[in-house]
Amino acid sequence: MKLLDKIFKFNGGIQAETKKDISTKKTIKSLPIPSEIRLPLRQHIGKMAKLRVKVGDQVLKGELIAEADGNISAAIHAPTSGKIKSIEKLLIPHPSGLPDFCVTLIPDNNDKWVKKFPIDWKNISLKETNKLLLNSGIVGLGGAAFPSHLKLGTNRNSPIKTLIINAAECEPYITCDDMLMRERGKDLIEGIELVQSLLGAEETIIGIEDNKLEAFKIISSLIEKKPNIYIKVVPTIYPSGDAKRLIFLINGIKIPKEKRSSEYGIQMFNVATIVAIFRFIQYGEPSLSRIVTITGNIKEPRNYEVLFGTPLRSLVKDAGGQKIKNNTFLMGGPMMGFTLPSIDVSVTKTMNCVISAEPEMIQVTEEPLPCIRCSKCAEACPVSLQPQELFWFSKSDQFEKAQNYNLFDCIECGCCSYVCPSNIPLVQFYRYAKSEIISQSIAAEEADIARERNDFRILRLDREKKERAERNAQRKAENTNTDKLKLIEEKRAEIAAAMDRIKNEKNI
Amino acid sequence: MLTSILIILFLAVIIGLVLGFSSVQFKVEGDPIIEKIDSILPQTQCGQCSYPGCKPYATAIAKGDADINQCPPGGEKGVRALAELMGVEYKPLNESHGISKPKAIAFIDEDTCIGCTLCIQACPVDAILGAAKQMHTIIEKECTGCELCLPPCPVDCITMEPIEENAENWKWKYPVYSIAVSEKKVNN
Amino acid sequence: MINQQSPFIKKAPSVTWIMMLVMLGLVPGTLACVFFFGIGILLNLTIAIITALIFEYFILKIRNLPIKLFITDGSAIVAASLLAISIPSIAPWWIIVIGTFFTIIVAKHLYGGLGSNLFNPAMIGYAVLLISFPAVMTKWPLPASHLLDFNLAQQIQIFVYGTKDVIDSVSSATPLDYIKTQILLNRPYEVNFTKGMPINSYFNASIIISLSFLIGGIFMWIKKIITWHLPITFLISLALISSIFWLVDSTRYLSPFIHLFSGGTLLCAFFIITDPVSGPTTPKGKIFFAFGVALLVYLIRVFGGYPEGIAFAVILMNICVPLIDSLTQPKVFGHE
Repeated sequence: MKLLDKIFKFNGGIQAETKKDISTKKTIKSLPIPSEIRLPLRQHIGKMAKLRVKVGDQVLKGELIAEADGNISAAIHAPTSGKIKSIEKLLIPHPSGLPDFCVTLIPDNNDKWVKKFPIDWKNISLKETNKLLLNSGIVGLGGAAFPSHLKLGTNRNSPIKTLIINAAECEPYITCDDMLMRERGKDLIEGIELVQSLLGAEETIIGIEDNKLEAFKIISSLIEKKPNIYIKVVPTIYPSGDAKRLIFLINGIKIPKEKRSSEYGIQMFNVATIVAIFRFIQYGEPSLSRIVTITGNIKEPRNYEVLFGTPLRSLVKDAGGQKIKNNTFLMGGPMMGFTLPSIDVSVTKTMNCVISAEPEMIQVTEEPLPCIRCSKCAEACPVSLQPQELFWFSKSDQFEKAQNYNLFDCIECGCCSYVCPSNIPLVQFYRYAKSEIISQSIAAEEADIARERNDFRILRLDREKKERAERNAQRKAENTNTDKLKLIEEKRAEIAAAMDRIKNEKNI
Repeated sequence: MLTSILIILFLAVIIGLVLGFSSVQFKVEGDPIIEKIDSILPQTQCGQCSYPGCKPYATAIAKGDADINQCPPGGEKGVRALAELMGVEYKPLNESHGISKPKAIAFIDEDTCIGCTLCIQACPVDAILGAAKQMHTIIEKECTGCELCLPPCPVDCITMEPIEENAENWKWKYPVYSIAVSEKKVNN
Repeated sequence: MINQQSPFIKKAPSVTWIMMLVMLGLVPGTLACVFFFGIGILLNLTIAIITALIFEYFILKIRNLPIKLFITDGSAIVAASLLAISIPSIAPWWIIVIGTFFTIIVAKHLYGGLGSNLFNPAMIGYAVLLISFPAVMTKWPLPASHLLDFNLAQQIQIFVYGTKDVIDSVSSATPLDYIKTQILLNRPYEVNFTKGMPINSYFNASIIISLSFLIGGIFMWIKKIITWHLPITFLISLALISSIFWLVDSTRYLSPFIHLFSGGTLLCAFFIITDPVSGPTTPKGKIFFAFGVALLVYLIRVFGGYPEGIAFAVILMNICVPLIDSLTQPKVFGHE
């Protein structure tokens, strides 16, 4: 083991109260199988999973319910055995509060496994392993939900030199990764070795914040005899757990917004993702559950191992319910999370933490004032943006200028809002501006297509008109042929003769 | 006296040369203003502006024949953008050309459709598939929501369905809060 | 708030708290001024704060803005105090009222109120007064230990009626003013700390006052209300510029020491150019801005028509702020 001591410090960041000890006092508990499971088909970045079951089907634990639709997508499996009750739009844990397609499963409480297929990854090609991973259903469990098979994929230009394990867990309150390291360190280390060799990386660096002493001790002792796995302690400064910030803290490499870390020979996985990959390859168990922290204004805060699709209500009930009733729950940390639309949404792959909202989180005590340009936000911005300028441009819909000031480099970490003396909801303005710009650019693309098609249609109509005119002209030209004229004259003569005959007959 | 006249003359020649040179060197092909106006217009090709399409309307604006507030699909934002481009005062949408409404997409009730191809001929962006006596269907992605296919349909089997907000196309809203930080609030 | 979104936690000093700390930072300097120039400074301060709040109240009412929210932000009090400290202790009351009018109504609210003013409000008020009433604005009493020689009745008399009708013997030109006149008249001047000339007593007082403002400034820096960029760059630049001239010709140009410790140099460094609203926001921009102010202050002091150039220098540099900000954007993470 080697402690790499050099830490590169990024600009700004904040040191908020971590509040992590609230939920680390008790061990991880497995939440019992709920009476109903609702699985959203979109729990990941990319295309919605393609449904493979129909209402009334009996499924076993680990059976494929929906498969990945294309490469950028992830499969969804039955977390337990049971019967498919319905497929309909239900509320999902999403900031929009809008319903989306969900599969409802009624568990039969037998929890009967489908046949598992562990992967003999050492003896088959990387490509095949990767193909199998496509339907593992594993996505980045740190919160990004990026399908993991893509990160392990083989089609990249530069080889991966360093595997970085994100164990920073920088947001206050969240402790699921911390507890995982404390209790499942062995799985994690085996998973790291597995992923490292899958990627062909030379070394692995585990980045951990200095507030997780116990986890650090456990992991350090586990990697003592591993020559290529290092652990690096980073200071507890939010957002050190943001992928690009953590890479900089560890390696001093600043990766711009539009680039992927793999282009720099670095790949990063969250600790929980590593364990999920390990379990899939070693035991053939797809991604069916995760560790969720439930904390904040709750009677018994702790970490739970929860099946995906479990209604939040069961989790809250098991944790003893809210201390102060306000029926408001946040998903994710207090810095970047969002309020859940209802207590009836289900636990998904991205739900690392549920915070039962403390009263002061949802009541605004101080009114916002105008920006006084104190530039505290700029001092706190980990991306070195100028939040006060971005605020001004977003507020007045000057989107082009906002983009010139690199609005899209903003990671929405919330540091600026956290330190603003005027209480301005800065991040809200950036989210608004970003989604407005995105929808405008989609509209512009659609308009371009429409313009092209309209131009093409006008061309086509012109061409058809011309062709028709040509055809008519040709017909006319044909009509003036002498042969035709002769023919017509003959016919006319015939008609005249016939008429004469009729006349004659009448006369008689 | 003579020197000053000569100097002025000399300057006139030089400046004339520079101007002449730049008019040749930096000549702009086509009429960019029409293109610019056209790029602001939503390309619905609906003809509500009383011109047969977006490009003809753009040309009319450029010539000064049409006003900037005749495009309902472009909405208030479109008029504002045009006002800024043309350097004229903003004016509200002229409602005689229709009102702005959320974008919708045409849907053909395939059971009722008799396959008359009239809608296909009406569609300005060729977004309807089908042949004579065959049922028709709309290429959703390419439909601009112009509603031009509605009147020719003899059996009224086409309906306009507004695009529903879902988790994918959903947008964050403009932050609303209680005080004067947002000027919008004060004006209201 | 509707649509509550993340972050759900926050920890930031409020605007009111920041303004209060600025006021606290002003305390040592103000006390030193009172000590040397008399209780008149306190009278100035009181009347400035009261009139500022009254003006603020009425303009908020006219502008239909939430009065309680804005009047308690403390920005009017800070602006009025900075103005009051810059005005001679023997100025009559109406000077203060006119000054606060321009500070609060014109410089602050006509430009959009809190957060929108292009110019430093206190300096606008000061500049208007300096241009309109140069005689009153450059006449300071002889610095003495006025706390010991306490004469409230006389002070109030001056405050109400002005100096003309009361006494003339108490006042004299400030050191910068005196030296400037001497240089313009091609007379030799002397700055000697041992002799009992009025100029020396001014200068000694000036050093004490400057150091008091320095203490207040350091307090604000420790409290993280200001960063080092503005004051340090300003002081170093001023010292450098004056050193160059002084080394070239020490008979014509004053030593950097005098420049740093006379007039409102330290007040300017820590309290005036650090106004966030009218100043630049980028770290590099702050350095450019402070250098610009220092250069202009020196040029106006030495070559300009006024003995003190801080107000004009700050206002001129305020105009450049948008340009400075847009040219000094820091490098965004990962950008080349």
